[in-house]
Formats: sequence, structure tokens, C-alpha cells
Amino acid sequence: MSAPTTIFRRPEALRDAFTHYCPGCTHGIIHRLVAETLDELGLRERTIGIAPVGCSVLCYNYFNCDMQEAAHGRAPALATGVKRVLPDRIVFTYQGDGDLASIGTAEIIHAANRGEKFTTIFVNNAIYGMTGGQMAPTTMPNQVTTTCPRGRDVNTAGWPIPVADVLAQLRTPAYIERVAVHTPRYTVQAKRAIRQAFQYQAENRCYSFVEVLSTCPTNWGKTPNESVQWLEDVMVPYFKLGLKKSPDRPPVE
Amino acid sequence: MPKKLMKGNEAIGEAAIVAGAQAYFCYPITPQTEIAEYLAKRMPEVGGVFVQAESELAASQMIFGAAAAGARVFTTSSSPGISLMGEAMSYITAAELPAVFINIIRCGPGLGGILPSQGDYLQAVKGAGHGDYKLLVLAPSTIQEAVDLTIEAFRLADKYLNPVMLIGDGLIGQMMEPVDFESCVKPPRLDCSAWATTGCAGREPHIVKTLFLDPNVLEERNRRLKAKYERMAREEIRFETYGCDPPPDLLFAAYGTTARVVRTAVDRLREEGASVGLFRPISVFPFPDDALRQVAHQPQVHNVLVVEMSMGQMLEDVQSALQGRRPLHFYGRGGGNVPAPEELIDEAKKLLGNGHGGKK
Repeated sequence: MSAPTTIFRRPEALRDAFTHYCPGCTHGIIHRLVAETLDELGLRERTIGIAPVGCSVLCYNYFNCDMQEAAHGRAPALATGVKRVLPDRIVFTYQGDGDLASIGTAEIIHAANRGEKFTTIFVNNAIYGMTGGQMAPTTMPNQVTTTCPRGRDVNTAGWPIPVADVLAQLRTPAYIERVAVHTPRYTVQAKRAIRQAFQYQAENRCYSFVEVLSTCPTNWGKTPNESVQWLEDVMVPYFKLGLKKSPDRPPVE
Repeated sequence: MPKKLMKGNEAIGEAAIVAGAQAYFCYPITPQTEIAEYLAKRMPEVGGVFVQAESELAASQMIFGAAAAGARVFTTSSSPGISLMGEAMSYITAAELPAVFINIIRCGPGLGGILPSQGDYLQAVKGAGHGDYKLLVLAPSTIQEAVDLTIEAFRLADKYLNPVMLIGDGLIGQMMEPVDFESCVKPPRLDCSAWATTGCAGREPHIVKTLFLDPNVLEERNRRLKAKYERMAREEIRFETYGCDPPPDLLFAAYGTTARVVRTAVDRLREEGASVGLFRPISVFPFPDDALRQVAHQPQVHNVLVVEMSMGQMLEDVQSALQGRRPLHFYGRGGGNVPAPEELIDEAKKLLGNGHGGKK
């Protein structure tokens, strides 16, 4: 009998730590995909990550690389500061939807428009998680949250902002894709996109942005399984998955 | 290099380059935009970083990122922009990083106007942002002093791992005066290898953060900041006296450009035989309380007159320093008006009486 072979292990870019994320939340999967990518591309030791404000503010407890923690919404500004003074390092921001799509709208649009050579992992779970389930710019029409207890009224709160599609409108070259991680098939695609994003940065090609649809069972008031179903039934039809923009190809219509 | 005639804003920009600034992030706002224009040309020439940000919020947070990555960094703005930078000041102080902020103050509140003012004194010394923090604040009164203190600001930011702010009223930015860069000394490079986020090759990862949910851990950091400010009060007090030996009957207190107008008034009053002098704080946080008391509490000093281009802000620090032991008076101009020497002479004469004090 041959010696046992390790076929699955914690990436070096993840620390050995207990998670603070809720059961059924997909932040952990997304962390892992980023960490696997840093390992596979050999980037961990020259990477600086920027944590947002929100559930993933503590992501520096998990990523085993240099990390900074930003003020709410300002991660792209910090990343710009780091990347401009250390252009040969790898810089990424990891941001949620309240952080990136609301208070940090100006920072993300202008970082993308300047073509800053860093990578953004945008986790869209259609709600503010850490503060306890308030309406986000990405909250779905009629979705109930603590600050839209009768459901999001698109007449007064507008429609969910499709950030990846909005950023893809900019003329500046970029890599922009929207993915999901609620099934193994989607997760495999998400891994490919995240890896592609870091690859473009490593080649100093362009700004890269991956929007990842994510679950929030706690604040959606659903079980993990119901959350996966809701994401598939409600979010995926609105937040269309796929490549939005590539430095290699014209945008997909 | 002989003395060079330079506009204050450009001189401040050049001073930052002499100080070895590696990155500058900015947003245009009058009356300091020439600093950005000057550095847009100069930073690339010296291999530095120049970025025009989308807002003062972003510019100041870019400073945060670059400072944490170990670069010598600074930004400049004027009053409304500094309000937006208050956020980053709080975070950078909390993270204990060196950075320099320069405020070429315009008159307010609100959009106010674009003319000179000293209306941001309290914002500077008490803090534009949230939480228990302070900046070390320096206030030049000439272009040469603005140059020297800009360079000094970078050294002090490194020394204390705390942001340092230079405040100049609009005149400091807009005036032209001869300046000398020859005697300027570039502060040594800070060794930030123990904390800078530069990639973790060969070491454990560095984390620069300001969230501390454990009250005891956060309180310990609060105490550390307090100790830092107490050390500043011991080691960084800067001030100048003029006409204070022998002690004057009437002591003016003023800083920045206003102090230069006061100086003119003091000269003219002394020509008339009046006993007047000037106390000029240069560090306004830490404020030179003891030094001011030592001058003002001499028995010969009967009145203290604070002059500002505001409705009375440094006045609060002077009041606190004097502990009510001398009659305190105030003369302020607003809206961008600069007090004329004649106005100050008139004010002084009211306090000196007809006998001009010195002759009583």
C-alpha cells in the first residue's frame, strides 16, 4: 500500500484560524479562492491586501499576507496609495456591497477609471451584514431588510446597482467579471476569474475586478440551503454572471 | 544656490521635495492649488509619485495607504478640503503612521471665500476628525519659515509616528518672498521595516489597522497616544517673542501672517514710546502655555491682546494659558480681511491709555 497522498489542504495564504463568518455565508469560500490564487501564482510574499469595513473587516485574521484596514469605502484609495509607491507588489481590495457600492462609490469608480493596477474582490450579498441587515445599494426589489421593512421600494430607493456592469462602461481598459460561489460549478468558474484577475495584475496589464454574488443567511432570515436557492432564483437573474470587460477583447454585449 | 523669489505655495512644494517626500496625493482647491500644479511638474522629475485624486477624502486615504507602505507622504488642501481629510487624519493617527498635512486656510464657514483666514485653528489643534487624537501643528509666518517648518514637519512625523499639520493663512500660500533652500537638511529615512506593509517575504505578515474591539487593548493605545502628546509638549514647543525684554505693558499674542502685522504695529507704537511686545506661538499644538505665562505673568505686563484673522480661536488657548491672571482682550477680522497696523495701533492705545503705558 502506497503512502497516503494529500489532495486537499489549507492554502499557505490562509492562516490557521477559526472563522467568525456565519454558517452558510460564502465569504469563506471566496477567501479560499483568493488564497489559492496567491499560492498558485506565487504572489503571497509580495502581496498587500486591503480589508474593508463590514463583515470582512477582519479578513486580515485569515489572509496570511501583509494587510491594511481601510475606513468605510476607502479601500481603493488605500490600494492606490500602496500600489503607486510599490508598483512591483500585488495589491488587492476585498470589499462588500455597502462598502464598495454605497459609501465608496467614488473611490471604486475613479480607481477603475485611472486604471490602477490592483485587483478588487467585490462580495455582493445584497445587504449590510455587520451592522445587522440594512438595505444596501444592491438589495433586491421588494427584499425586506431592517431599513426597508416593507421591502425595497424601487420608486424611492432605486434599483440595485449592478456594479460590474457599471464599471464595464468606462473606456479605460480593465478586466471585469461577475461570478457566484453557491454551487461547485459556479465556484470553479469563480476561481478561474479570480485567478485571471490576479494574473492580469501580475502582468501589470490593467485594473481587475471580480464581483462575487454571496449569501447572507443570517440577515436574509433564511437557512443556508434556502439562501443558495434565493441567490439562484432572485439574484442571478438580475446580476447577470459572466465576463463584462477584458483587456484582450471588446466588452461582451 | 542663492535666495530664490518664490510664491509660498511653490516654496512649500519645493520644501517637501527637499524633505524627500516620495508621494503626494491632492485635490485642487483655492488658495493652495499652486502646490499641486508645482508638484505635478516636480514630483515626476525627482522620481516621486503625483496623483490627483477624485476628492480630498480619497487623496487623504491614499496618503494612509502609502504611509502604511512605508513611503514619506503628504497632501495639501484648504479649509473645506481639510474637513473632508479629517477622516483620514483620525485613521492615520490611530494607525501611528507618519504623514504631513498642509492647510492653506481660507475664510469660512461653508464655502466662505478664498481670501486668507485663521478660522481653522481650532479644527487643527482640536482635531478635524473623530476620536481621541491630536496632530502636531506648526504655524509659519514667513515663506522661509514655511519652507523650514515643512521640512521639519516630515522629521517630526517620523519622530512621533503621528501626522503633522502645517497651517498657513492664505497669505502664506499666495505671497512671494525670497527663500533659501541651501541650509535645509533632509530628514533621514525612517526605518519602517518593523511595520510597513511591503510584502511578507522572509517575515511574518504586517497588519496596519485601527479596529480594536477589546476595550483594554484600545485604552492602552489611547494612553500611548496621550504619552506621545505629552512628549510633544516637552520637546516640540516653538515660539518667538518680540519687544518683550524689558517686559511690555501690553502684550500682543498672534501667530502666522497676523503676527507680522502686529510686529509692524509694535514697531510703530514703540517709536511713539509705548511699551508693547509680541508673543508669537509657532507650535500651536503643543501650545507654548508655559512660555506665554512666563512672559505675560510678569508684573509689568498689564494687558494681553490677542489678534487673529478669525472671531477668536487661539484666544481659547491663550485664555487657558493665562489662567485669568491678566485682563485678556481680542481683536479679530473675518471674511478674508487682514487687520491693518493702524487698527492694531488704535486697539492698543485704548488699552495703553493716553500715557502709552510705558510712561505711567
